[in-house]
Amino acid sequence: MVDVISTDLSRRMLLGGLAAGATLSGAGAVTGRPRIGGRIRVASIAASTADTLDPAKGNLSTDFMRLYLIYSGLTQYDGQLRALPGLAERIETRDNIVWHIRLRKGVHFHNGKPLTADDVVYSLMRHRDPATGSKVQAVAEQFAGARRTGPLELEFRLTGPNPDLPVILAQPHFLIVENGRRDFSVANGTGPFICRAFAPGIRTVVRRNPNYWKPGRPYLEEIEVIAIPDEISRVNALLSGDVQMINAVSPGSVKRVRASPNHSFMETKSGLFTDLIMRREHPVTGNRDFVLAMKYLQDRELIKRALFRGYATIANDHPVPPFSPYYNPDIPQRPFDPDRARFHLKRAGLLGARLAVYASPAANMSVDMASILQEHAAQAGLKLAVNRVPSDGYWATHWMKHPLTFGNTNPRPTVDLMFSLFFQSKALANESGWNNARFDRLLLEARRSTDEAKRKEIYGEMQWLVHEYGGVAIPAFQSLMDGFDRRLKGIFPIPLGGFMAYTFGEHVWWDA
Amino acid sequence: MSAAAVSSRWRGPLRLIARRIGLALLTLLLVSMVIFTISGLLPGDAAQEVLGQTATPEQVAALRHEMGLDQPGPVRYVRWLQGMMVGDPGQSLVANKPVADIISERLPNTLTLAALSALVSLPFAFLIGIASAIARGRKLDRALNILTLSMVALPEFLVATIAVLIFAVELLWLPSIALVPQDPSFGQFVRAYAMPVMVLAVGVVAQLGRMIRAAIIAELDRPYVEMARLKGVSQNRLIVRHVLPNAVGPIVNAMALSLSYLFGGAIIVETIFSYPGLASLMVNAVTSRDMPLLQACAMIFCATYLLLVLIADTIAILANPRLRQG
Repeated sequence: MVDVISTDLSRRMLLGGLAAGATLSGAGAVTGRPRIGGRIRVASIAASTADTLDPAKGNLSTDFMRLYLIYSGLTQYDGQLRALPGLAERIETRDNIVWHIRLRKGVHFHNGKPLTADDVVYSLMRHRDPATGSKVQAVAEQFAGARRTGPLELEFRLTGPNPDLPVILAQPHFLIVENGRRDFSVANGTGPFICRAFAPGIRTVVRRNPNYWKPGRPYLEEIEVIAIPDEISRVNALLSGDVQMINAVSPGSVKRVRASPNHSFMETKSGLFTDLIMRREHPVTGNRDFVLAMKYLQDRELIKRALFRGYATIANDHPVPPFSPYYNPDIPQRPFDPDRARFHLKRAGLLGARLAVYASPAANMSVDMASILQEHAAQAGLKLAVNRVPSDGYWATHWMKHPLTFGNTNPRPTVDLMFSLFFQSKALANESGWNNARFDRLLLEARRSTDEAKRKEIYGEMQWLVHEYGGVAIPAFQSLMDGFDRRLKGIFPIPLGGFMAYTFGEHVWWDA
Repeated sequence: MSAAAVSSRWRGPLRLIARRIGLALLTLLLVSMVIFTISGLLPGDAAQEVLGQTATPEQVAALRHEMGLDQPGPVRYVRWLQGMMVGDPGQSLVANKPVADIISERLPNTLTLAALSALVSLPFAFLIGIASAIARGRKLDRALNILTLSMVALPEFLVATIAVLIFAVELLWLPSIALVPQDPSFGQFVRAYAMPVMVLAVGVVAQLGRMIRAAIIAELDRPYVEMARLKGVSQNRLIVRHVLPNAVGPIVNAMALSLSYLFGGAIIVETIFSYPGLASLMVNAVTSRDMPLLQACAMIFCATYLLLVLIADTIAILANPRLRQG
């Protein structure tokens, strides 16, 4: 029997775990004693009329933040992306297929209704209903069924084994809503804050939930969430004291935040990357030598230094970042080697060839990456024309639609999700149209495996397959930067996104 | 004066104004067609934008059907037009709310910002225009010319960014974002609006001031002004009683243009100060391909523009005896 989440994890251990995560991550912001009180305003990057209070429809970082403030999940992330118990006190499985979930006692929704197994069954299974319009319908395909086995207990069955389920359930889409709820014009959750005002595209105001199921938490009295899409305005708003926390500080603005005596910033190393996509079906970009040449032409050091001002991690043409527990350190780092690139281009008979590459601000930094690549490719004997296209409509019209385009992939909580969404041969977002039978087989094998060491070995080989044969070049993983008022305490990075992977609300306190 | 005489005196202008209203409605119809056609050419649609990168084709098709986007373009247009006839701009595709609700949240913001900016700009514009015209060719005029020309030349985003850096980041006097609380006190209200209004006023004062100057100078060169001067009319009386009434036509036209700019062209100011107005709502509607919302915004901007120009023309007609005779 595999206990994925330790059964006797008490609240004290939970808090201890969080504090340990913080020290390890080195943010050093967790000092002093938390106190209750204070109101802050937080500015995120985007808001629109599509803003929602429905966890299933969450789309942008601002949505995720709002949802985590109001709702709770069965599990929560720690600083290493492991699952901690949330509303589920205990999650057990023998075979990674049938899961027994026991819920915490005495949890209440904001309207006073107690949490029961029926709410959880409804919250999980509604993602399979097309009428829900869930963003994670594809992930929910593996939810075979959920059955209540007691007032606070349920049996959750998957279509196939998936040892990552507890981590997957910590995602914002799987936050728990009331049984039968379809109308999300008002929010009713079990989360740390109660929604007081919500105007899509404008603001969200939440008030402290005095009956939150983590005693003593949250600390802040009120949080107002707004969006300032313009990066310079966002940094200005932080420095002028109009907002107390922002995300997506650009590498160029970090200096300004650091120069302010009243503000700090936090670098969250993440698995976010912008990649060069070489489509398989095109005779040139599908040529193995061409693909290798483009990988050798990635000037990773320059990209890290000049484009990201050092706030990045060098990548090795596969999507698993070095800080992941499943990272394979035995794959040698691919160097920047124009001579070798020239050799491969020559072998492919492509010296002197002309090719267009499509870049757009929609794929962060891709325009600059394309320019660097163009420069180096010219020296190696390949003429690249950089087509800069607008952000608007990029994903629908250009991404994966030309032989050479750029993509931009957000970090995913598990290696399995990353591989199955972007590299499995039948995945919709299989960017290069890659098809590797062994890779597909290993993906399923890793899911079946209940042995951690074995999974690590399988994921290691899969990284090597993508590194060696995959049709994308991944030069660097980009760090996420948050800026905040120094009086805001308790912040530590969770490597899935800014704002502590959008879950900062229940962790931070105002020390003034 | 008999009633018949009055009615004959007003029949000309009234007929003119009625014709202008008819033309305005026709323009609105044409604009709605153009916007509908052009927005249909944009890549992607609301269903794709809503579902994002990882949507399956089946999901997109299902949502498209639900949104009615699988209907041919002309059918959708006629349906929208029928709604507009009875004053219903439809349902937003993205927000799942009536378009009217979304607009009614933003419209007061836009009106407040435009009204405040106009209120601040107009006195300054008149002052600069009149002073500059009277002092034509002298030092004051040249100084004002340099000032207004550089104000016109400075792009809004630069003025706004510099103002934020100085007043918000360095001096900490004003907020860097225009967030007005639910029930603002007078102080909060003034502080929130100070910078956006100032930035918008910079451009409007300069442009309007130059147009007022030009209109007054054109009048000052006319023989009747020389006549009045020879008869010993004082400078102030000359400007207020003789020149301004005659220059009213071009001036109200310039004002109408400035006001319509304040109404619909505040997108940069709205972005920099993250102010929830109509212009950013329209940009939002374009990026999310929310056609009913986009159409509604476009209709509001177009109708406001036509209305302002119509008012300006009416004033010009009524102020000008030659036009009044029709």
